[in-house]
Amino acid sequence: MAKSAKSRLLDRRAVVEALVADRGDMLVVSGLGSTTYDLAAAGDDPRNFYLWGAMGSAALIGLGLALAQPKRRVLVVTGDGEMLMGLGSLATIGVQRPSNLAIAVIDNERYAETGLQKTHTAHGFDLCGVASAAGFRSALSVGKAAELASAVPVLQRAMGPVFASIKVAPDRPPMVLPSRDGVFLKSRFRAAVLGAA
Amino acid sequence: MPRRATLPRETAWPDAIYRVFVAERIRQVPYVPDAGHSRLIERCHADPHMKPIVLTTEEEGIGVLAGAWLGGDRGALLLQSSGVGNCINMLSLSTICRFPLLMLVTMRGEWGEFNPWQVPMGHGTAPILEQAGVLVFRIEDAARAAETVQAAAHMAFDSERAVAVLIGQRVIGAKSFK
Repeated sequence: MAKSAKSRLLDRRAVVEALVADRGDMLVVSGLGSTTYDLAAAGDDPRNFYLWGAMGSAALIGLGLALAQPKRRVLVVTGDGEMLMGLGSLATIGVQRPSNLAIAVIDNERYAETGLQKTHTAHGFDLCGVASAAGFRSALSVGKAAELASAVPVLQRAMGPVFASIKVAPDRPPMVLPSRDGVFLKSRFRAAVLGAA
Repeated sequence: MPRRATLPRETAWPDAIYRVFVAERIRQVPYVPDAGHSRLIERCHADPHMKPIVLTTEEEGIGVLAGAWLGGDRGALLLQSSGVGNCINMLSLSTICRFPLLMLVTMRGEWGEFNPWQVPMGHGTAPILEQAGVLVFRIEDAARAAETVQAAAHMAFDSERAVAVLIGQRVIGAKSFK
């Protein structure tokens, strides 16, 4: 029974692929670990900024970027463990309320990198509740394919800041590793956004 | 933790730093308040071209300013010495990606401190920053505030490094508990 329930959970790779499909000029930041591999698996792009560390910073990098580039959509794709470490960032974003910022938490309820230990969300902690309380314009709980289909346009285009917690199966697909060279990733991103320096 | 709340209203050196911010095109100013920074924070809030960002904890500002730089904005992080310890892991962002980072740190736990709880982090501020790869400048004379911040800003943005300016308690004045 538990197994069949688990098998109905969304696949993380398919979720991230859907989030960045038809991305237009959207800028994307990924949190360390699985979401960085997921974003790379969906297709490398100079407008992706992959984190390999600085746990808890993904949403904040999204905030600084959204404030600097108010005419472009900024999407942060991160894990539940990474978001939990930077929970205060939701309060900080709630004060600034950038209309072009979206945060999608790929929530497998596990620390996948370190042995699939359960995170707070496995014990019922409600990330969407926190985002709502912090002042996000919408906070979507996504667990089914139909819910994902309606969440994608919200994350890509609706007035922000918007938040989604997307429950996915706690499996570990093969790693797809983007560059680990932080200077390269930064310079490539800036050239893509700002033009050649 | 307790913040200074009862200082005399010294405005000359924070106003001089504000003018450096304008000249250096500083836009995003994330901060955790300190009474020593209160005048500068007010000036940034009053400037429609600046974006002051109140934080829940100091390390958030390092992420914000990394994102700002990715999008073409310059910024500066305002914090108190006790907040430096919160920043350590996040400073790896600046080191590994060579993100410019300008930090202005008001000092506690040194010249004339009353509260012993401020002393450990105040004592450790400069060596901890240096260990984390940050270049450290100090202001001990208010008359040198502007030139020091300007030199630090040039170094941060032109050489893409993390630079902290420690503003001594001697400049700010020790908090009165009377």
